[in-house]
Amino acid sequence: MSGVFQSAAMAPLEDRGGAAQPLLIARDLVRHFKVKGVGLGEEAAVRAVDGVSFSLFKGETLGVVGESGCGKSTLARLVMHLIQLGSGELIFDGEGVGAPDGVSVDDLRRQVQMVFQDSASSLNPRMPIRDSVAFGPYVHGKSKEESRRIAREMLGRVGLNPDLFGPRYPHELSGGQKQRVNIARALAISPRMVILDEAVSALDKSVEAQVLNLLRELRRSFNLTYLFISHDLNVVQYISDRVLVMYLGQVVELGPVDDIFSRPLHPYTRALLGSRSSMDPANRIEEPPITGDPPSPIDPPSGCRFRTRCPHAEAVCELTMPRLGQWLNRDSHVAACHMHEPGSGHTLAVGNA
Amino acid sequence: MTQAVATSIDTSWEADPAPAAKTRTYWQSVLIRIFRDKATLIFGTVVLAIVLLAIFAPLIAPFDPYKESIIGRLKPFGWRGHPLGTDELGRDMLSRLIYGARSSLLMGMVPVLVATLVGGTLGVIGGFAGKRVNTAIMRTMDVFYAFPSVLLAVAISGAMGGGMMNGMIALSMVFTPALCRIAETATAQVRSLDFIEAARATGARPLTIIRHHVLGNVLGPVFIYASSLVSVSILLASGLSFLGLGVKPPEPDWGLMLSTLRQSLYVNPIICAMPGAAIFVTSICFNLVSDGIRSAMDVRQ
Amino acid sequence: MDGTLMPQADIAPLVEIEDLTVRFTSREATVSAVNGVSFSVKPGEVLCILGESGSGKSVTLRAMMRLLPEKRTTITGRITIAGQDVLGLNARDLRALRGGLVSMIFQEPMTALDPVYTVGEQIIETLRKHRNMSREGARARALDLFELVKIPSPERRLDSYPHELSGGLRQRAMIAMALSCGPRLLLADEPTTALDATVQIQVLILLRRLQRELGMGTIFVTHDLGVASEIADRIAVMYAGRIVEEGPVADILANPRHPYTQGLMASTVHGQHRDADIQAIPGSPPDLRRMPAGCSFGPRCPTSQPRCREAFPPISHPSADRMVRCFREGEEAKASF
Repeated sequence: MSGVFQSAAMAPLEDRGGAAQPLLIARDLVRHFKVKGVGLGEEAAVRAVDGVSFSLFKGETLGVVGESGCGKSTLARLVMHLIQLGSGELIFDGEGVGAPDGVSVDDLRRQVQMVFQDSASSLNPRMPIRDSVAFGPYVHGKSKEESRRIAREMLGRVGLNPDLFGPRYPHELSGGQKQRVNIARALAISPRMVILDEAVSALDKSVEAQVLNLLRELRRSFNLTYLFISHDLNVVQYISDRVLVMYLGQVVELGPVDDIFSRPLHPYTRALLGSRSSMDPANRIEEPPITGDPPSPIDPPSGCRFRTRCPHAEAVCELTMPRLGQWLNRDSHVAACHMHEPGSGHTLAVGNA
Repeated sequence: MTQAVATSIDTSWEADPAPAAKTRTYWQSVLIRIFRDKATLIFGTVVLAIVLLAIFAPLIAPFDPYKESIIGRLKPFGWRGHPLGTDELGRDMLSRLIYGARSSLLMGMVPVLVATLVGGTLGVIGGFAGKRVNTAIMRTMDVFYAFPSVLLAVAISGAMGGGMMNGMIALSMVFTPALCRIAETATAQVRSLDFIEAARATGARPLTIIRHHVLGNVLGPVFIYASSLVSVSILLASGLSFLGLGVKPPEPDWGLMLSTLRQSLYVNPIICAMPGAAIFVTSICFNLVSDGIRSAMDVRQ
Repeated sequence: MDGTLMPQADIAPLVEIEDLTVRFTSREATVSAVNGVSFSVKPGEVLCILGESGSGKSVTLRAMMRLLPEKRTTITGRITIAGQDVLGLNARDLRALRGGLVSMIFQEPMTALDPVYTVGEQIIETLRKHRNMSREGARARALDLFELVKIPSPERRLDSYPHELSGGLRQRAMIAMALSCGPRLLLADEPTTALDATVQIQVLILLRRLQRELGMGTIFVTHDLGVASEIADRIAVMYAGRIVEEGPVADILANPRHPYTQGLMASTVHGQHRDADIQAIPGSPPDLRRMPAGCSFGPRCPTSQPRCREAFPPISHPSADRMVRCFREGEEAKASF
C-alpha cells in the first residue's frame, strides 16, 4: 500500500486467505429471468447466467468477453449481489458470501466495487461530483468532512483537479471525465476488487486509451483485482491476465490471455478472434468466420449452445452439453467443447485424432 | 505523490469551460438561480403579497367585510369610498376580496400540501420498493382515481358534512392519488438508473439512498405538479362552497363570491368578474413561481 | 446499375462538397458542428469519414440528405450530388433525391424501420411510391432484395415485424430497404457499431460486396479504424468539424501525417504490449460552442507551436491524392508519436 493512500483514504481491508487463496471463486452461478412467453399465461425463462464457474486470483485481471446477451453484465451484478443468485456459490477470500459463518453481503460490498458502462447515468445528475465520490465513505461511517477529504484525494488520483471539478455537476463533464469520476467513486471506499462492466466501451478511442492507462496505474498502486467485462477483444487482450469467454450464459473457454489469443481452443473463441480487423487494407477479411446471429438466451439450443453456428457440430453436440473441465487453477486453459474432451464421441475429439 | 502527478498531466492542458464554482450544496445553488431569475422573483413577490394580505386582512381591509347596505348594492368602483365598489348585498368588495384570500389560500394550499406529503411519501415508497408493495399502494390509489375528481370531492365532503375542514380533507383525498402516481413514476425512473445501483453497491441502506439520491430527482416533478394543483384546489373549493359543502355564506371566499355574484352578471359585470380575476391572478402566479423553481432545480440549465 | 464500376481519375465525381458549414443555433449557444468541409466521392468509391463523437461526421452525412431540423440549423457551402444542388432543391425534388438517388442506413435500424409494419410491407410501400410498381412486382423485388442481403428464409422474414428480427437481420433488412430503389449513393452512419463482433464483420463484408456489385458510391461514417480499414477506399479524418487529413486508406494507415491521425492510431488498442502504457492523446475534443482560435487540435497536439494558435492550417498535399491540414506538413520535424 502506498503511503499517500493510507494517509487519507479509508483503510483497506486485510487479506485474510493469503496470496494463494483466490480472491473470488464463483461456482455454478445460475440466474434465470422469467419473461412472458408467446402464448397467454405462458412463461419462458431467459437463461442469462447458466452455470458459470471461475476463479479470480489476487492482483490479477480477469477479462470477460462475449457478445450481447451472453450474460456478462448479469454475471457482474450477481457477483455484487445487486441481483439475487438463482443458485450457485460465491466464495470471497475463502469465505462463503451470505453463508452463516461467511462474509455478509454488506462486507462484500465494502470490498468489491463496480464501474458501469454508462458514465452519465451512473452519476446522480443533481449532485456535484465531489459529493457523489464522497457518498461511499459517508455511508461507511466517515464524517462529512472526512468523506470530502477522501473524495478530493480520489479525484486527484484519477487525474481530475478537485478544486476545478469537485463542485461541478455530471453534465458539465465530458464522457471520459465522467468515467474518471465513476472510477474515483468506486475506489473511494478502498475496495480490493473492482468490476468494470464495459467501463471503456462507450468512450472515444483516444479517451479510452487514457482511461485504460489510468486503470492500469490504479491497479498497480492500490493493489487491485479487476473483473474486466468487455466486448472488445483488443482491449481485453491488452489489460487482462486471464480471459473468460462467455456464450449464451455459459463459459466456453477460460485461460491465460496469451494462450487464449495465440491458440484458442473453442470454435467460438476462434470465430471471435477471426472477426477482428487486421487493420491492414491489403489483408481484409474475405469470409466471415461464422454466419448468423447469436440465438436468443430464451430457449437456448440443447447440448452445446454454440452448435447452431459451429462449423464442426456433430450429433454428440446436440445430445450432451460439453463440460468446462478443470477451471480452478490459475494457469489452466480449458474449453467447453466436445472436440477437446477425450472420448466425447466427437470425431475430432482429442483422443480420436 | 509521483503517481498523482503522472495522472494529472491529462488535465493540465484543460481549458476551464466554466469559472471555478464556489463550494456550494445543491440547494444553495438552486436558491442562487432563483434569485437570478427576474420573472420568478416578481411573481413570487405577488404570491407573497397575497399571502400577507390574507394574514393581515383585519389591518388592511378598509371596511367590515360583513356589513351590508340595502341601498349600496353593486355600486361601481370608488362609490362612496368603496375602492372596488360593492357586491350584491352592498358589502365592500375590496375588503371581501382581502378577507376572501384567507379561505381561498387555505383551501388552495392545505389540501395540496397534505396530498403532497401523503401521496409523495407513498409514491416514493412504492416506486422504490417495487413489486408487491408498489402494487398494493398503486392499486389502492387507482380506486380513488376511478372517480372524477369533482364528484369524489363532492361525495366525500357530502358524506362528512359541509364546512371548511371537511372540505379540505375531501380535497386532500382527491389530490393524493395523482401526486402519489407522479412520485411513483419519477421514483421508478430514477431507480432504474445506474447511480442508484452504484449507491446500492456501496452498501447504502434504502433510506440513505432515498434521502441522498432519490428525493432530489423526484421533488422537481412532484413539486411542479403540486403547485399546478393549487389553482385547481381553489376552484374545486369554490365549487364545494357553491354547493353548500365548503365555506358557508356570509364568509368571504373567492369561489363563493364568484358563485353568488354570477346572478348579477348583467347588472355590473366588472364587479362580478373581480373574484374570478383574483383566482386567476393567484393561480397564474403560483404556476409561474413553481415553474421558475423547477427550472432552478434543473442543474442542466 | 451494371458491373463493377471502379473509380477512375477522369470520371466526374458523384458527390462534391465545397466548404460545408453547419451551425446549430439555440437560445443558449451556437454550436459549430461542421466548419468548412470539402470532399468529393467518385462513382463506386467508398469514402470513410473517421472521427470521434462530436467531430461532425454524422452531421455532415445528415446535411447531405438535409435531414437536420431546418429551423435551428444554418447550412452554408455547396453540396452537389450527381449534378444536383442539394441545398437548392425544393421539397418535391428533395423527396425524389432521398428515395431514389441517395439512400441512408443508420446505426440503429429500429429508428429507421417502422415498428407497426412488417419489414416486407415497408419495402413494398417504398417501391410502389418511388417506382410505381404493382404490389406483386414490388413483393417479388423485395424478395430479391432479401436474397441479395443474404437473409435466410427470406419469404418468411418479409412478413416479420422489425422487433421479431435479431440485430443482424434487422440491419440487413434496413440495407435491403436502402437498396430498394437502386441508389447511386449510399450514406452509412455507423451501421455496424451496435452489432456484435461476429455479426459486424458479416454485415461489413456484405456491404463491401453489394457496394462493389452495384457500383454505388458510399460514404461510410465510423469511429472505428478497424471498420474503416475493412471497407474504405479513401479515409477522411474529421476533428472538431473539420477534415484534417484525407487520402487512400492504405496510405493513411501506413503513413499518417496529421498529429491527430497519428495519435488516434497510437491510442487504438490493437496488439500493444501489455507492459507499456498506450500512447493516448491527452485531454478531450474542444467544446463546439467555444472553439479555440487557430488549429482546433492545437490544445492536445504534442507538436503545437505559437502559429497554431493564430490560424487554422492551410491545405497541403504531400502527394497527389493526399490532403493534410497541419503547419508542420512538409517540414523536417515530425510529430513525436
